[in-house]
Amino acid sequence: MKVGYYPGCSLEGTAREFGISVEKSCELLGIDLVELEDWSCCGATAAHNTSHLLSIALPARNLALAERQGFDQLLSPCAACSNRLISAHKEMAENEALRNDVAEVTGLPYSGGVTVLNYLDLILKFGLTNVESKVTRKLENFKIACYYGCLLVRPPKVIEFDDPENPQSMDKIVAALGAEPIEWEYKVECCGGGFTISDPTLVETLSHDILQNAEAEGANAVAVSCPLCHANLDMKQAAINARFRERRKLPIYYVSELVALACGATPEETGINKHFVDSYTLIR
Amino acid sequence: MATILEKEAIESFAQEVERAGGGAVADCYQCGKCSAGCPVASFMDLLPHQVVRCVQLGMRDEVLKSRTIWVCASCQTCTTRCPKEFEIARLMDILREISLREGTVAVSEKDKLRFHRAFLKSVEHHGRIFELGMMQDFKIRTAAQQAAKDPRVLMHDAMMGTGMLLKKKLRFLPDNIKGKKHVKEIFDRVRKREKSRVNQ
Repeated sequence: MKVGYYPGCSLEGTAREFGISVEKSCELLGIDLVELEDWSCCGATAAHNTSHLLSIALPARNLALAERQGFDQLLSPCAACSNRLISAHKEMAENEALRNDVAEVTGLPYSGGVTVLNYLDLILKFGLTNVESKVTRKLENFKIACYYGCLLVRPPKVIEFDDPENPQSMDKIVAALGAEPIEWEYKVECCGGGFTISDPTLVETLSHDILQNAEAEGANAVAVSCPLCHANLDMKQAAINARFRERRKLPIYYVSELVALACGATPEETGINKHFVDSYTLIR
Repeated sequence: MATILEKEAIESFAQEVERAGGGAVADCYQCGKCSAGCPVASFMDLLPHQVVRCVQLGMRDEVLKSRTIWVCASCQTCTTRCPKEFEIARLMDILREISLREGTVAVSEKDKLRFHRAFLKSVEHHGRIFELGMMQDFKIRTAAQQAAKDPRVLMHDAMMGTGMLLKKKLRFLPDNIKGKKHVKEIFDRVRKREKSRVNQ
């Protein structure tokens, strides 16, 4: 299985362990990732909150490059990037005037030939039974709250991935790894996304409620597939504890770290040593 | 807040939003489902369904100066659940763009805009985000105000920054791509187009 790979900026920086574990898990599963040459930023929230045209043009550059480099499938693990890439792809497909505008702005016409996959998509396409056959260390003591957040599933008419209110894809994946996915209420609630630094009160309040519900429903870990979710739940957990006078230490894993771990990678090979909250406690 | 509802004002604001791709605002029958599910409603001055109502009624100032349009985290819960399939989150994007153009951004929410600007500046210069540079840029612009509001925030951000450096989560140098000139051109052309559209 050969797939184009758009890491996106976070996976080279603050979400380095997401990048490390995506690459490691694909290597262990036998999925051949080929990095998109000369990729650029998708524009993220900053672009679509300030300029519609820019918010389509920035992802469009990458889609057009993917087309020119011969990729019909492009893996974009970061939920913010995949959301922007898919939105740009859809809007250009449905709106010819916009498509032409964007082509003039980028100088690289895009004819719509690329399917963007998030990491969960990729694993489901690879096949859960195939994943199961690669598992060498079952994650038996993990009770996982699978946290999808916003960007993986919404808006459903554009993203067309899983159920927007009660998604199951990540739950199925962690179950295939031998872990127990728990039932909980905050699967698709918002963590505050990109306001991590610009509005800490808002982010810490929203993220606190997510952590609290996960723990109350019996989770000893949370799985995510988005760098913004991870930053807010892991890196900000100390600030959340300080604000709410609590002492929670709930490890937050990228789902790709769990796949790599179950398929035989050492904890360091998955990058969990980069978490702020100690994530070794569940690994015997 | 004296609001005189004039027919022309009502029509022109709704039309402006619709022309920008906002869908038919008249579709909204004010059921309030968007506000009921909004995770950041408690931080807003106008609730999402009230924003839509204000647009329907041509209450331009109330909407464009509201905190709400910048507090919206674009989580898309409202759009997902709207029984009329009206895209409220998209409407928020459109309103932010107009508010930006007209210089009516709510003072209390300016940090969010400063962050967006620092982010885009970094992309424009390097082709990709240079996180360390972007965060420094943002902090320099906002540290004084943030310290006045809540000094703990600075301490926690400093701790988070140090942690990221220790865990090698931040690069010390930007990752300049080959096509960075191309990315810069995209920014320039977008600005030019947006300017000419406004002047039309």
